[in-house]
Amino acid sequence: MNVLEVRGLNVTYAPDVRAVRGVGFDVAPGEVLGIVGESGSGKSAVALATLGLLPPGARVRGSVRLRGRELLGRPDAELSRVRGRDLAMVFQDPLSALTPVHTVGDQIAETIRVHAGATRAAARARAAELLELVGIPDAPRRARAYPHEFSGGMRQRVMIAMAIANDPVAIVADEPTTSLDVTIQAQVLDVLRTAKEATGAAIVLITHDLGVVAGFADRVMVMYAGRAVESGPVDEVYRRPRMPYTIGLLQSLPRIDGTARGARRIEGAPPDATEPAAGCPFAPRCPVSVPDCADAEPEPALTGPSGHLVACVNTVATADPARVFPAPDRLPVPARPPREERRVVLEVNELVRHHPLYRGTLIKRRVGTVHAVDGIGFDVREGESLGLVGESGCGKTSALMEILRLARPQGGRVSVFGKDTSDLSKGRRKALRRDIQVVFQDPFTSLDPRMRVADILAEPLVTHGVPPERTRERVEKLLELVGLDPAHACRYPHGLSGGQRQRVGIARALALEPRLLLLDEPVAALDVSVQAGVIDLLEELRARLGLAYLFVAHDLAVVRRIADRVAVMYHGRIVEIGSAPEVYGSPAHPYTRALLDAVPLPDPGRERHRRRVPLQGDPPDPASPPRGCRFRPRCPRYASFPDDASRSPCDAQDPVSRPLSGAVRRDQSVACHYPLLPGEGVR
Amino acid sequence: MTTPAAAARTQSQGDASPAPAADGTGRPLSRARAGARRVLASRRAAAGLALLGLLALLAVAGPFVSPWRWDDTDLTAFRAPPSSEHWFGTTQSGRDVFALSVRGLRRSLAIGLCVAVLSTGLAAAVGTVAGFAGGWTGRCLMWGVDVLLVLPSFLVVAVLSPLLGGRWPLLVPLLAAFLWMVTARVVRAMTVSLREREYVLAARFLGVGAPRVIVRHILPHLASLLVVDASLNVSVAIVTESGLSYFGFGVRPPDVSLGTIIADGRGTATTHPWLFGFAAALLVLVVLAVNLLGDGLRDVLDPTSSGPAPRTGGRVRRRARPGNARAHEYGTGPA
Amino acid sequence: MAAFLLRRLAGHAVLAVLAASLAYLLAAAALDPRADFEDRAPRPPASAIDAELSRLNLNDRTPVLRRYRTWAGGVARGDFGRTWQGEPVNAEMWRRTWVSLRLLLPGAVLGCVLGVLLGAYAAVRHGRAADRAITFASYLLLAVPVFVLAALLQIAASEVNDLAGVRVFEWVGESSPGAGEGAFGALGGFGDRLRHLLLPTVTVALAQLALYVRYQRGTMLDVLNADFVRTARAKGLRWRSALLRHGLRTAMIPMTTYFAYTSGLLLLGAMFTEKIFGWHGLGEWLIDSITRGDVNVVAAVNCLAAGCVLLAGLVSDVVNGFLDPRVRVGAA
Repeated sequence: MNVLEVRGLNVTYAPDVRAVRGVGFDVAPGEVLGIVGESGSGKSAVALATLGLLPPGARVRGSVRLRGRELLGRPDAELSRVRGRDLAMVFQDPLSALTPVHTVGDQIAETIRVHAGATRAAARARAAELLELVGIPDAPRRARAYPHEFSGGMRQRVMIAMAIANDPVAIVADEPTTSLDVTIQAQVLDVLRTAKEATGAAIVLITHDLGVVAGFADRVMVMYAGRAVESGPVDEVYRRPRMPYTIGLLQSLPRIDGTARGARRIEGAPPDATEPAAGCPFAPRCPVSVPDCADAEPEPALTGPSGHLVACVNTVATADPARVFPAPDRLPVPARPPREERRVVLEVNELVRHHPLYRGTLIKRRVGTVHAVDGIGFDVREGESLGLVGESGCGKTSALMEILRLARPQGGRVSVFGKDTSDLSKGRRKALRRDIQVVFQDPFTSLDPRMRVADILAEPLVTHGVPPERTRERVEKLLELVGLDPAHACRYPHGLSGGQRQRVGIARALALEPRLLLLDEPVAALDVSVQAGVIDLLEELRARLGLAYLFVAHDLAVVRRIADRVAVMYHGRIVEIGSAPEVYGSPAHPYTRALLDAVPLPDPGRERHRRRVPLQGDPPDPASPPRGCRFRPRCPRYASFPDDASRSPCDAQDPVSRPLSGAVRRDQSVACHYPLLPGEGVR
Repeated sequence: MTTPAAAARTQSQGDASPAPAADGTGRPLSRARAGARRVLASRRAAAGLALLGLLALLAVAGPFVSPWRWDDTDLTAFRAPPSSEHWFGTTQSGRDVFALSVRGLRRSLAIGLCVAVLSTGLAAAVGTVAGFAGGWTGRCLMWGVDVLLVLPSFLVVAVLSPLLGGRWPLLVPLLAAFLWMVTARVVRAMTVSLREREYVLAARFLGVGAPRVIVRHILPHLASLLVVDASLNVSVAIVTESGLSYFGFGVRPPDVSLGTIIADGRGTATTHPWLFGFAAALLVLVVLAVNLLGDGLRDVLDPTSSGPAPRTGGRVRRRARPGNARAHEYGTGPA
Repeated sequence: MAAFLLRRLAGHAVLAVLAASLAYLLAAAALDPRADFEDRAPRPPASAIDAELSRLNLNDRTPVLRRYRTWAGGVARGDFGRTWQGEPVNAEMWRRTWVSLRLLLPGAVLGCVLGVLLGAYAAVRHGRAADRAITFASYLLLAVPVFVLAALLQIAASEVNDLAGVRVFEWVGESSPGAGEGAFGALGGFGDRLRHLLLPTVTVALAQLALYVRYQRGTMLDVLNADFVRTARAKGLRWRSALLRHGLRTAMIPMTTYFAYTSGLLLLGAMFTEKIFGWHGLGEWLIDSITRGDVNVVAAVNCLAAGCVLLAGLVSDVVNGFLDPRVRVGAA
């Protein structure tokens, strides 16, 4: 018996953007259906259409039945009695989704009172209970706080409490963990699991993250260009995907366990939703497309056990997923002298960057100091790629910007190619900028929207006095280098896709032939299927041009793919640094261990049997470092110590970074009083 | 601090950036053409432009079609109602109201346009310098703006009006000197936020110098804001000028402006409505036209207000700034 | 909150002192009271004019800075000097302040409340006939300067009076002489005052209303598609109650900033309204004093206006803090 049945759902936004085209699914009580898709695949429209919350101007056709009762086409008054009681929703961004001017307790109590008609006091008491259930400490007091006084993870817990307030039979969660850090994501998923057990509700989990679905969902539906292209039990789909798109997604995903069998990638970009589709929308990107694909859009057909539906004409070719996408030609890794013999291109010592912290919207006054970067040190050698990872707010981007200023830092020392930045003349600084360049996170904001690609790429050349007659030629070379067409030169950035824009950003950084690139989350804003292409490009460029990278990212799996060495940052400090295989293989700092644990694997079997200790608590307030070890308040190892004696070093002083020794750990340093031994606490 | 990288990822590629739809397409020439097309597509802007065009035509061509000059007196018609001889009637002293009104309209339009250009230019200069330089330079400049903002500018201009001695061109710099502060604040705020944009950072990390960054990356993005504000400043200037003239502080007899005509005719508005009605109607139409044009331009050009084109993904955000209310900020508090 | 307000107040005080000084210096430099004395018939001897001007601290032969010092010394003791006729400015200013308040307060409150309601309503009916009508009306109203608006209302009122055959509307002064002694006694006097108040109030209210409609409609449209309104709908609230309970209050937060802006406009509107409707308030006084070159009065009223603008800023801060918990925390 299914609680929620959706059939033939079509959503069209004005004027004629066909966001969803004929999607259908069922969810049983206590079951979790994961809907996976990239941006623009129509997954959020499915969620809103299910609840009848589409913006005015959107047209819906099809059928949505909750416990057998049709919801589509019912008047708003009737729908309002169902929404929030039988059918609840958790939204993506918990800051904007909560009303800023009411306390969270009142907002939860309102949900109860709208439907149950409870007294104000009873509803408030119940609200406090619900907050307790979702793991908010000191719930009765926190119920009187306003949304802006909560952290992102706590806000999402409030949203979940609100959703389960009336014991719904189905919950739709639209990207509930997307804006959260990986450790907080793990916490929130646990809360969602608790909520499911407490209410027995069916859950529709909408996400772009294949890892989240793998560990949480029972069944999965993959969406592409408004269609459900593949669906079935999660194990079945992940193990034997049959739709080329699903196959490509799973194979292009960077994986933290490093088991990606020579990562593949999907070429091209998703189609424009305004153009009517003639055949299979994936055909232009599909390596196994046949002439039939262009005839009609394939309907989902049963191709595997337990209801494995695939919308593909050429399922014969996808019988062995490993052979669908051609294995990329591995670039020969240039033979390089050992690390110790290569030149140091960037050296950072005890770098400090503190920002004054102002509070108050009306009158600003200084209330403290943000210890964004608090004494970090590392070096990057020629041809090497160092990944700087950490949660948001740990200071990794601040460190990058501080290096890029090429000026005297607040504290410590930065030297680039052996030149100390603190006493550079203006001319020397400008000259040095040729050698050190940056690629930003968001390709939509890092390119001036009013300049053509050719002008964007010419700007560094003009600035550094390259003669105009050589500029044109160089721009063409650069476009070719990053895999773009020369015709792209006359386009404006908004005429390019996200992946293409990021390539332009990379080309601009390469214009002056630098030897060191600083990359600030270069693929974080891109869809999974586009990410792989950009990562490949970066790897290829590094091999061909002998570049060194300092690569800032929050995604450990991406760093795993591209970095030779990794530095883990926490609260303005580097807690662990070393070669990537060693740090990922035998993390020595409890924080590194916890970060790695929190990353979900896109492998349902392994994900289900992973033993993990989720990191408790929120990311720290960068304005008030705790005494002693900064990780102490969240440290699972510290919490497990039986007596005060063993805790006392952690309480007393912040550990300094020390190199580890041993057979497997030749290049690894850790700042911990009690580093983990190799193999200790392995999943 | 790091921006939550993941947050950016959730935005769909199509609507991650609100600006592109409003930003240029094509090279400068074709961008201007595309902009013009969009302006005409906005009904409000088109209506305002058409109305303003008609009024400008009237102001320019009026004296050539009218048989009377503005300073002629018809001794055969005192307070004559509108007729084929005197289209808008005559005044107490036998002057032709049509000719007077057209002359007043010319004055108002000329003053409005000059003041708007001057004050917006001043605002752009002070705002960008204060925003880009920051530090003490910026703080001192903004402090001066605040002090000027506390004084109701209409009063200050009225108090200073004896210095004009009836020479209306002097009114232009005087009005401009007290109408630029609000725009300067907006320009500064925009500059501060533009300064932190990634493409501006990228340019600076490439080694591009500050003046070049302002000219190439900051001013083009302020251009639409400045156009919009200049157009709204036109209506502020016109209303302020006519108000001053109404009280006898602006344009003075024997010269005329719409304000002086209205002041002269108001006492007998109930008995001889033409003395007051035509000038008042022209004034209202001018302000209405400029406001419509300014608001329409804002809808089309200002990236912070929603563009008319809906984007895919359905979540269309409206960031409407209260429209032509700006046109009425004479005296304003420190914001 | 109190400490935060005090800091704010101190900052404002500095601004006010600077602005007031600037106002005095400008007025003292630009206005010419001597001309007015010289125009008297019979023309007083030059030495008498000089003596009189010096006594009033208006003599343009005294250096501006010395006059400023005298004036500032007086202001510091709470004395704004004497008018052109030799009366103390203070007493007259307070009397006229009350007149202006009686005129402005009802209109301002009415305009503000109605404007917010109409603006919110228009936003909720976005794109429909009601919204179009309200938006168009507010456009038109914004384009009509106060002095034209007042005249139009007077024409309309006189038509009504003619039609009705009795004087339903009055528009000269605050009251008719002898109204209090009529058949209805004090009640009649009160009624008469109300009758006189009607047109000026409507003038002030309409001018304010047009602004508030535009502001409120804009902020409400921002909120209309906000995520938290959608959340409220997902909780099971109907469209209307979701907007009222979650949207309206949030949409009113930015309005507090505009409140400070419109206060300056209100003062200006007062000048026109008083002058046209013959109320002997501050605005009328100011206009007359500029014409006469009465520097002390002009400076005093300017001080008051600057004070009012700053006070309005302060009030809007307090209201903002009341409406928006995010600001409250920042202030604490």
